[in-house]
Amino acid sequence: MTALLLDLPLALGLFGAGAATLLARSLFGAVLGFISTGLIATLVWVRLEAPDVALTEAVIGAAATSVIILYVASRIGNRATPPAPPPIAQRVLAGILSALLAVLLAHALFSLPEPAPSLAAPVLDNIAPTGLGNPVTAVLMAHRAIDTLLESAVLVFAVFAIWSMAPERRWGRAPGPAFMAEAHGPLAFLAKVLPPIGIVIGVYIAWVGADAPGGKFQGGAVLAAMWVLPWIAGLVAPPSISDMRLRLAIAAGPLVFLMVGLMGFAVAEGFLAYPPGYAKTLILLIETAMTLSVAAAMACMIAGPPERRARP
Amino acid sequence: MNGTAPFALAAAGLVGLGLYGMLAQSSVLRKVIAFNLLGIGVFLVFGIAARRGAAAGLPADPVPQAMVITGLVVAFAATALALVLTLRLHQTTGAVTLAEDPPTANSAAPSE
Amino acid sequence: MTGTPGGSLLVLAIALPLGATLIAFVLGGQAAARLARASLWLWLALTVAITAMVIRQGEPIIYVLGGFAPPLGIALSADGLAAAMLLAGAIVLVATAQFGRVAYAAPSWEMGGRAAFAYWCLLPALAASLAVAFLARDLFSLFVALEMLTFTALALACLDGRPSQFKAELRYLLFALLGSVLYLLGCALIYGAYGTLDIGLLTGNTRADAPTRLAGALMTAGLLAKMAVFPLHLWLPPAHAGAPPAGSALLSGLVVKGAFVLLVRLWFWVLPGPPVAGAELLATLGAAAILVGSVVALRQEKLKALIAYSTVAQIGYLFLMFPLLMAGDPDAATRAWMGGMLQAVSHALAKAAMFLAAGLIVQSIGEDRVAGLCGAARAAPLAVLAIAIGGLSLMGVPPSGGFTAKWMLLRASVDTGQWWWSLVILAGGLLTGGYVYRLVAAALAPAPPDATPRPVPRLQEVSVLVLALLSMALGLLPLSMLGLAQIGQPVIAP
Repeated sequence: MTALLLDLPLALGLFGAGAATLLARSLFGAVLGFISTGLIATLVWVRLEAPDVALTEAVIGAAATSVIILYVASRIGNRATPPAPPPIAQRVLAGILSALLAVLLAHALFSLPEPAPSLAAPVLDNIAPTGLGNPVTAVLMAHRAIDTLLESAVLVFAVFAIWSMAPERRWGRAPGPAFMAEAHGPLAFLAKVLPPIGIVIGVYIAWVGADAPGGKFQGGAVLAAMWVLPWIAGLVAPPSISDMRLRLAIAAGPLVFLMVGLMGFAVAEGFLAYPPGYAKTLILLIETAMTLSVAAAMACMIAGPPERRARP
Repeated sequence: MNGTAPFALAAAGLVGLGLYGMLAQSSVLRKVIAFNLLGIGVFLVFGIAARRGAAAGLPADPVPQAMVITGLVVAFAATALALVLTLRLHQTTGAVTLAEDPPTANSAAPSE
Repeated sequence: MTGTPGGSLLVLAIALPLGATLIAFVLGGQAAARLARASLWLWLALTVAITAMVIRQGEPIIYVLGGFAPPLGIALSADGLAAAMLLAGAIVLVATAQFGRVAYAAPSWEMGGRAAFAYWCLLPALAASLAVAFLARDLFSLFVALEMLTFTALALACLDGRPSQFKAELRYLLFALLGSVLYLLGCALIYGAYGTLDIGLLTGNTRADAPTRLAGALMTAGLLAKMAVFPLHLWLPPAHAGAPPAGSALLSGLVVKGAFVLLVRLWFWVLPGPPVAGAELLATLGAAAILVGSVVALRQEKLKALIAYSTVAQIGYLFLMFPLLMAGDPDAATRAWMGGMLQAVSHALAKAAMFLAAGLIVQSIGEDRVAGLCGAARAAPLAVLAIAIGGLSLMGVPPSGGFTAKWMLLRASVDTGQWWWSLVILAGGLLTGGYVYRLVAAALAPAPPDATPRPVPRLQEVSVLVLALLSMALGLLPLSMLGLAQIGQPVIAP
């Protein structure tokens, strides 16, 4: 009962924030609505006993996504006139379709079988060989390692897809536009103060992921933010995309993952299998490389394609 | 429902809201925000499956949680890609929607 | 246990192009171009080896990743469908890579130009994405594969960097993202209902309850949006026609097929006794796509737009097999199955050849209107020949691969008493003949006296012609090779 007293307002708040996002008059209002939806969703994940997801939702789902939306919105900003809404027929049709889906989904969720199927027991039975204490990390790095490997590759794909949209003449320069330096503005202040703390937090989150809630994606995202902040504040110029070290940093995670995976053919049971006794060491090696790559890739995604006029 | 009923309703509601936003709003940025709302709803469905699957002393099934973490990162990459395209579209044509004839197409902002 | 003999080939089919993409991304420039080409040739050899293994063993090859068997772990498997699609993908990619040696020659400085850098990273990336889409046996891994395909396809389509392209691609991306998220919602429901997403474990174990049915509907809708099935087809023609020739060839020939294979796996492996009414709806949409796509193609002014609308129509044929498979006649089902697979493969080869050839023609005579093609046959004879041969395969003229595909679908529809689909197939063939004739007749017309066509590089012309000839040669394959498609063919309860 006490649980319901907590969960019901949370669930209502989540839906309400989502509705506010949709109904907001201005783009800025919609972004604010989205940030609140993300924050409430983070709390919901805590209530669903999924702290790893809660951290990811907070850092990537709510924070990083909102930053990138706000950043693009501010660049398109006031120059754009608000577009006319689509024809009423389209909106009515969309409304009927969406309401139908929501009702059917709720019905389906309430018809899920009891007792619910679960892989919790098999995960625990197979966690010992990985040497990890966090079952979610064990699933990500061992049981379903291929998904994580492919996902880290998706980040690289996304970076070169974004870079390839650069204006032809700007190719080979640093990511993003030339940011105005304002030595004493609030942004510059944050960019000076936050990174030392943020870097420690990011590295910590990535490091504890093996045994406690956290991990490379969450930690990497925090590091990405700390790296981008001084770029946006105009304090530091980002490295040029022609710099091979930047590209190596972005691709290192999946490359190391792939190499360790292939090594499994020689020293373990096969691809993506870890040799007994060395699993945790190898997983930590992969996670270190992945943290670096997630940070570099996300920073480049936030900054966008190269747009600078001159080499920094 | 193992106490997940309120969240199941909220997830279904968010999916509906997100789908409506993607289909019925004209601003591309609003569509991208709606896509992310829809995403929150979809990920919550995984979370409900995970919570219902609490077993063997774990408060939630770790497998769907791992899928959500993977999915969140992929969704971020997709959002970034969509936003870059939106920005480039705006820079080159001045348009902020996908309507056939952008009203501001002729007054294209000086690109780059 | 790590799987059947030859299983490690499946791992290499994913790891090789993936590694090549990552290293090419780091190196850039000419090294990236060389690495990408070498990896694609090796990949072709791997897919040939996989196909040979599947044929020799007569059953699917399986590999269990990390030593964790499903449901906890993930397995890869290659059945006849996967092997055939992989092989077709490898052939198209190698031909496109050869074609791109001229169009995207990498400058010597480190990063190379924008388009060249992107092109040589994207080709192996597309190979890796397709390998995962065809080989993964886990619905969530397949979701990741769908996203990999979307990202590579999008970048390929924007290779020219023309402003007009951004709008078409943004529309495509929004469709694709909506499609993936609906697919993902289906995955969540299936996990909630069965506690696994492994296709092998789900086969035969699913129930026709509310979560499963909604999941099936959502995933089908999502994949249809990605495949641009009528009436969700409007994003495809501008996106495919506006891309550079190599991009259009890969998008129309291969990327669409990734979603198709997923749809087939969902319907005939995962869903419990797939609904006949649903299959008929799919086939009706397919039939509408064939007729509408062909008629609109007939009326296109621009060469590449015509070929892109032809893709809308040709995708329609793939859906005719759904009700035919479920009619309860095993012989007809086998024919429908082989017809569907052959249509997917022959369209991949023929359409890639036609888009590449169209690019060569436009480049040579500097004219992209169908009416302005006069003199093309003199300026780029092999390219025009490739368009004609590819067109014959699309029309279904013997002895092309398209003929065998359409003939098998036709027989299956007559055998199962669903004769109305055969009318659609025949009408589609006639309409296709109409737009192919338009192209070829225009290209054969004498050139205007002041025409000064630019010479076409021989390497490009030859790689295009080889693709077209292969689409023709598919029809000459011995029947035993066609048996490949039957390996691992699902048994569908009527």
